[in-house]
Amino acid sequence: MSETDNAVDIVPIRRPVRWHIFVFMLPALIVYSAVMVLPLIETLRLSLYNTVDGQPAFVGLANFKVLFGDARWARDFWNALVNNLIFFAIHMCVQNPIGVALAALLSVPKLRGVAFYRTAMFLPTLLSFVIVGFIWKLILSPIWGVAPWMLDLIGLKFLFAPWLGKSGSALIAVSLISNWQYIGIPMMLIYAALLSIPEEVIEAAECDGITGWAQFWKIKLPLILPAIGIISILTFVGNFNAFDLIYTVQGALAGPDMSTDILGTLLYRTFFGFQLQLGDRSMGATIATVMFLIILAGVSLYLFVIQRRMRRYQF
Amino acid sequence: MSKARTSPIRTGLVHLALSAYTLVALFPVFLTIVNSFKDRASIFREPLMIPTPSTFSLVGYQTVLGQGDFATYFQNSFIVTIVSILLVLLFGAMAAFALSEYRFRGNMLLGLYMAIGIMIPIRLGTVAILQGMVAAGLVNTLTALVLVYTAQGIPLAIFILSEFMRTVSDDLKNAGRIDGLSEYAIFFRLVLPLVRPAMATVAVFTMIPIWNDLWFPLILAPSEATKTVTLGSQIFIGQFVTNWNAVLAALSLAILPILVLYVIFSRQLIRGITSGAVK
Repeated sequence: MSETDNAVDIVPIRRPVRWHIFVFMLPALIVYSAVMVLPLIETLRLSLYNTVDGQPAFVGLANFKVLFGDARWARDFWNALVNNLIFFAIHMCVQNPIGVALAALLSVPKLRGVAFYRTAMFLPTLLSFVIVGFIWKLILSPIWGVAPWMLDLIGLKFLFAPWLGKSGSALIAVSLISNWQYIGIPMMLIYAALLSIPEEVIEAAECDGITGWAQFWKIKLPLILPAIGIISILTFVGNFNAFDLIYTVQGALAGPDMSTDILGTLLYRTFFGFQLQLGDRSMGATIATVMFLIILAGVSLYLFVIQRRMRRYQF
Repeated sequence: MSKARTSPIRTGLVHLALSAYTLVALFPVFLTIVNSFKDRASIFREPLMIPTPSTFSLVGYQTVLGQGDFATYFQNSFIVTIVSILLVLLFGAMAAFALSEYRFRGNMLLGLYMAIGIMIPIRLGTVAILQGMVAAGLVNTLTALVLVYTAQGIPLAIFILSEFMRTVSDDLKNAGRIDGLSEYAIFFRLVLPLVRPAMATVAVFTMIPIWNDLWFPLILAPSEATKTVTLGSQIFIGQFVTNWNAVLAALSLAILPILVLYVIFSRQLIRGITSGAVK
């Protein structure tokens, strides 16, 4: 079996089966297929079925019609989708620019203490949502008063409100907590990209008199665009799959008044049931399918459109 | 780099901005840990003070260790995380070796198939995963979690490890073949020791999402005996919302292992990220 490769292949007509390839490949293939790929396909299939008269039956796209159009479902679904889009937009407008800015500062040449800064700034990314969620819940709580006290230091106490408890500001507050936690990822990836820019490019720019801000905007930024593409798609997938933080901070009902409900929490409530609402497998699978299609669309857009165009900037 | 650009004022401003954000990143964690060692009155009166002998109190930790079964939760989390990492590393490395070492029909396709899991989250299959676990009688067992996390970790492990395995010299492997080593011996005795740094990177990347996951413990293993730390502290804190000492102590206990591991592994982790492992 495995000794066959030792024999010199003089005539490559009939090669004995190389069993070791199967042995190496099989465990990963079995676990991955059985626990990940097949359930995913089965979930997509279940979205086309529903219980009719107590019997599972093929209903075509009827589940989707209910989800998008039925008065009982559509309101929650569109609410969750819009909230999810806002959630994503806030990440793209706050988390990623700050991450890029911090990376740019960290990569200033001959700066001392860089190792300390990046280690400290990456710490929140490692904490679980549960820890992060509760810590911020405590800090923003009007009972403890840490947040108003700190605003008072800079004379802005009047701005304080129980942000997590008001439906107008809760989604923004939760998004910012999530930004605080995940800023380390764009920061590190962009930092790595900035370090990998060849010295000669920077020197050439300096010879042409392009330094400081102009250098960042005109030379470095175009060169790190591929990394910005990667952090955008990572943010996209992460956001449209998020659940833990909102479940921890606002509960399964994503209050107040569902103002922080996103697709992940809607999926949990629908599939698993919550309080008086019974779990609904078919509708759960339908929501999971919609999430799958959204993520697939985003990833395809990235792989086939954005990444292809960016390739010419790479070295 | 030219010296003209590094004026002391500019450097000072850069340090100011970076320290300001470092403060933002560390302050909430600091606040939680510091206050977990104080008595109730001073948590509210002087939240920012370091505990003094007169305000020092361990009442929160006493409540947590007395009421919550945190020893079991930690044990569950350790078992699930360690077994999953070992399986991900072993299966991932084997598959990466098969894909990067041998040319066979369908190699490319198999590689693409395994790569789907890097981008598509396993969570989306939850409905059918739960159904399957119910059918297999694995609900409320740690095995269910280990299986899910192993499947979740394998794609990225294969991706990173096969990049590294391509750099192992062919001469070395062929020398081994001439000496009569089997393909298995070549993998376990020659290749695995050489990709150890990459294995460490994969281990760290695999560990964080497993340790922190709330979704699968909540759905697949919510029973008292199989709760992980993340789920356990979530439920514990939910029950003790008004007991601030207990909440802060539970949070500190949950932060502690991560903090310790981070201090030990931060070099490895940051080098892993910046060396382009996630590209």
